[in-house]
Amino acid sequence: MRAFRVTIMLKPGVLDAPGQAVERGLDALGYRVEQVRVGKVVEMILPEGERAGVDEICARFLANPLIETWTIEEIPAGAAP
Amino acid sequence: MTWGVVFFPGSNCDRDCVHVLRSVMGYPVVEVWHEDRSLDGIDALVLPGGFSYGDYLRSGAIAATAPVMRAVGELAARGAPVLGICNGFQILTEAGLLPGTLLHNASLRFRCHPAWVRVESDRTPFTAGLRPGMVLRMPVAHGEGAYFAPPAEVAALEEAGRVVFRYCDPLGRVTPEANPNGSVAGIAGVASDAGNVVGLMPHPERASEGLLGSIDGRRLFESVVGALVGAG
Repeated sequence: MRAFRVTIMLKPGVLDAPGQAVERGLDALGYRVEQVRVGKVVEMILPEGERAGVDEICARFLANPLIETWTIEEIPAGAAP
Repeated sequence: MTWGVVFFPGSNCDRDCVHVLRSVMGYPVVEVWHEDRSLDGIDALVLPGGFSYGDYLRSGAIAATAPVMRAVGELAARGAPVLGICNGFQILTEAGLLPGTLLHNASLRFRCHPAWVRVESDRTPFTAGLRPGMVLRMPVAHGEGAYFAPPAEVAALEEAGRVVFRYCDPLGRVTPEANPNGSVAGIAGVASDAGNVVGLMPHPERASEGLLGSIDGRRLFESVVGALVGAG
């Protein structure tokens, strides 16, 4: 089996309301922050021989290609849950 | 005619829709479970509001994979009226039956209050009995209702008359103040290419009895009845 970590972020220019909220919270705590963006991380373990690519899974379901981009990294299989 | 209302895990406006269609308007209503695979005998369908699957991943994304959605796609392809309200709208965009998507409200607030929308198109079964320019009062209740599509797609929707409702003030003026969530171009509802699938964020089922302050929402359902009877 192989393990993957997918990081999903809103495309530049798409309003990131949660990112702005976190930015304001950090500002309220007195931290100086230029910009905050909030995304999602999904880890998954695929069985050996799974033909569907991780990229296809991202494009079709994990991310919305209209508003989001994603990056895929393979991680040690023991590191995923 | 027979209506269907789809129940997803986390839907919470399903009973309201059934109540309006069955008890207020007097139509037979089939309560459809998300695992059902057949919509036989249903003439028009409503996907109600709520928080299906806790809005996990993206609002509507997981519900869009439910077994019933294949039948919803087939019903829509046959030209039957399909209405997505609030979370139902989000589900229809995630299922690819409507264009665009719904983002977090620009204000970051859950907005729950009466809103006004201007009818922009009467070329859908849900607005066939209305006139462009008419102003309807219906409540909004959502945290992720900011309609978004890339500029070229919005322009194409406008050009094709597929923007069905736009947030406005009580006099029908589209202003930034009347836009509760930061939707692009104040868009509150859109239609499919063929026009029979419509999604909107405001809740017509919560504006269908005088006791609740407005019966404007009922006119969407009445329009369908008129459109179907007229066509039949």
